[in-house]
Amino acid sequence: MPEQSYEPDRAIAGTGAGGAMDLAASEAETLERTPGGPQGTGPQAKPRSLWSDAWRDLRRNPVFLVSGLVIVFLVVISLWPSLIASGSPLQCDLAKAQEGSQPGAPFGYDGQGCNVYTRTVYGARTSVTVGVCATLGVALLGSALGGLAGFFGGAWDSFLSRITDVFFAIPVVLGGLVLLSVVTSNTVWPVIGFMVLLGWPQISRIARGSVITAKQNDYVQAARALGASHSRILLRHIAPNAVAPVIVVATIALGTYISLEATLSYLGVGLKPPNVSWGIDISAASPYIRNAPHALLWPSGALAVTVLAFIMLGDAVRDALDPKLR
Amino acid sequence: MGRYVVRRLLQMIPVFVGATLLIFLMVNVMGDPIAGLCGERACDPATAAQLKKEFGLDKPLWQQYLTYMGNVFTGDFGTAFNGQPVTELMATAFPVTIRLTIVAILFEIVIGITLGVVTGMRRGRPVDTGVLLATLVVISVPTFVTGLLLQLLLGVQWHWIQPSVSQAATFGELIVPGLVLAAVSLAYVTRLTRTSIAENKRSDYVRTAVAKGLPRHRVITRHLLRNSLIPVVTFIGADIGALMGGAIVTERIFNIHGVGYQLYQGILRQNTQTVVGFVTVLVLVFLVANLLVDLLYAVLDPRIRYA
Repeated sequence: MPEQSYEPDRAIAGTGAGGAMDLAASEAETLERTPGGPQGTGPQAKPRSLWSDAWRDLRRNPVFLVSGLVIVFLVVISLWPSLIASGSPLQCDLAKAQEGSQPGAPFGYDGQGCNVYTRTVYGARTSVTVGVCATLGVALLGSALGGLAGFFGGAWDSFLSRITDVFFAIPVVLGGLVLLSVVTSNTVWPVIGFMVLLGWPQISRIARGSVITAKQNDYVQAARALGASHSRILLRHIAPNAVAPVIVVATIALGTYISLEATLSYLGVGLKPPNVSWGIDISAASPYIRNAPHALLWPSGALAVTVLAFIMLGDAVRDALDPKLR
Repeated sequence: MGRYVVRRLLQMIPVFVGATLLIFLMVNVMGDPIAGLCGERACDPATAAQLKKEFGLDKPLWQQYLTYMGNVFTGDFGTAFNGQPVTELMATAFPVTIRLTIVAILFEIVIGITLGVVTGMRRGRPVDTGVLLATLVVISVPTFVTGLLLQLLLGVQWHWIQPSVSQAATFGELIVPGLVLAAVSLAYVTRLTRTSIAENKRSDYVRTAVAKGLPRHRVITRHLLRNSLIPVVTFIGADIGALMGGAIVTERIFNIHGVGYQLYQGILRQNTQTVVGFVTVLVLVFLVANLLVDLLYAVLDPRIRYA
C-alpha cells in the first residue's frame, strides 16, 4: 500500500520536466533544514528533490514502517480474506449465539451465532474499499476544482469559496443521515458518493491555497513568458509543486472516512446487512453488550487499529513533507 | 468594529441560504415526505393528494422553500406530521443538547488546553510522547466506539454512572456523554495547543518576560498562552456547531432526548419540517459561533483591529 501511494507521486515529481523546480524546492528544503536539524549529517553529494528527501525520511521512520505494515496487511486480507479466515461471514448458527472463544472461532460468536473472527476479517474489505475510493474521489474532485479556482481566480474562485462555506456549515453525520436514509441501493457506492459530495470542499481549500502559492514562483512566470499554455503550466509546473499538502490531508482523511462509514453503518443508514461491515457488527452487538462484549470489542478494535494506521501514516508523511513542523 | 460585524452578517446570508436550500433539496428531492405518514404500506392516492395539499407540498419546490423561510423568520418552524409544532420539539430538545455541548466544550478547554501547554513546554520528553500517542489513539477510535465502551465499563460493569441518561438530563448525568462527545476534538485541541505553544516558546517576548524575572506561571498564562490561543479558539469555535450536529451518535448511545435524537427520528420518519427546522437552527449556530470567534481574536491580540 505505501508503495502504491508513494510511487506515483514520486513519478510525478520525477517526470515533471522539473529538474529546475525540484532543485529550487530542495534548495529551500536544505536551507531550512541545516540549522540545528538532525538531518545535517554527512556531505550531500547532490541536492535531492522534496520527494526523494521525504522518502528517505519515511524509510527510517518507525511510525511509517509500522503503519505501512498494518495497511499492507489490511489490503491483503481485504483482497483475499479467505487466506486467514475459513468459512463464510454469512454462515451463522443460532445455537452458538453469544458463545465465547473456542477452536475455529477465536473471537467467539455474536448474537446471531455468526463467527466474529470471520466477520471481522471480511469487514476489512468494506472499510478499505470505502476509504480508498472515497479518498481518491475527494482528492481528484477537490484538487481539480480547488486548483482551477486558485489558478484562474476571479468569479469562479469567489463562487467556489462561497460553495465550500456552505458545505462546511452542514454537519457531516447529519448530511449523511439525510442523504443516505432515502437510498435503497445496498452497496458501498452511495456511501462513497456521499463522502465525495461532502468531502471535496476540504481538499479544494487546501489545493486552492497551495496552487496560489506555487503560481507566484519564478519558474511559472518563466514558463508563461516562454508561451506555455495554461494546461501545460498547471499540469507540468504547478501541480507537482502543489500536490504535497493535498496528499497529506487526503491520507489523514482516509482514516476518517473509514471511521465515518462505520458510524453511518452503526446509525443504520450506511451499509446494511447482508453486507459485512465493522459498523454493522458493532451496532448489532451493542444490545448484547452485557452477555457478549467480545462481539463488540473485536470489530471495534479492528476499526480503531485501521483508522489509527491511516492517521499515523498521514502524520508520518506530513512530517516528511513539511520540515517546518519538526 | 460595527461595520465589520455588519459586513460579516451580510456575508453570512448566502451561506445560510445555500446550506438551508441544500438540506431542503436533499430532504424533498431525495425522499417522499408523505411516504413516512402511511407506515409500511403505500399511501392511498387520494389521501396523499389531500396531505400534499394540506402541507403545501403540491406547489413548486422554490415556492415551498420561500414560504418555509418566510415562516421561519416569523418564528414559525411549521408543524411536525404528528401535529406538534416544531418549535415545541425544539424547546425540549435544544436545552438538553446545549447542556451537553457546554460540558463537551468545557472538557476541551480545560483538559485540552492544559495538556497542550504541558506537552508543548516539554517537547520530546516522555510526557509529551505519551500524551501525543494517547491523542492519536483517541482520534482513531470513532465516537460511537468510545461511547459504547465507556457505557459498558462505567455503566454496566462498574456501575459508576447510569448507562442511559434520564429525561431531565442534568449536568451531572451528562459528564460522561460530554466527555465522549468531546473526545476527538479534545485530542485535536491538545495537539493544536502543543504545536502553537512549542512554536511561540522560542519567541522574543517570552525571553523578555523570563529575563525580567516574571514567575513561570505568569509567563505562560499572560504571555505565552494568550499569543498561542488564536488557532485553538478558531478550532473550538468551529467545533461548537459540529458538536451540536454531531451529538446524534452520542445522544443515541446514552439515550439522551436532545437535538440529535429528534433529528434521527425526523430523518428516519422523513419528517421534513422537523429535519429542515433543526438543521436551519444548527447552521445559524455554526455561523454565529464563527462570527463570535472572529471577534474574539481582537480580544486575544489587540493588534487585530476590525475597521
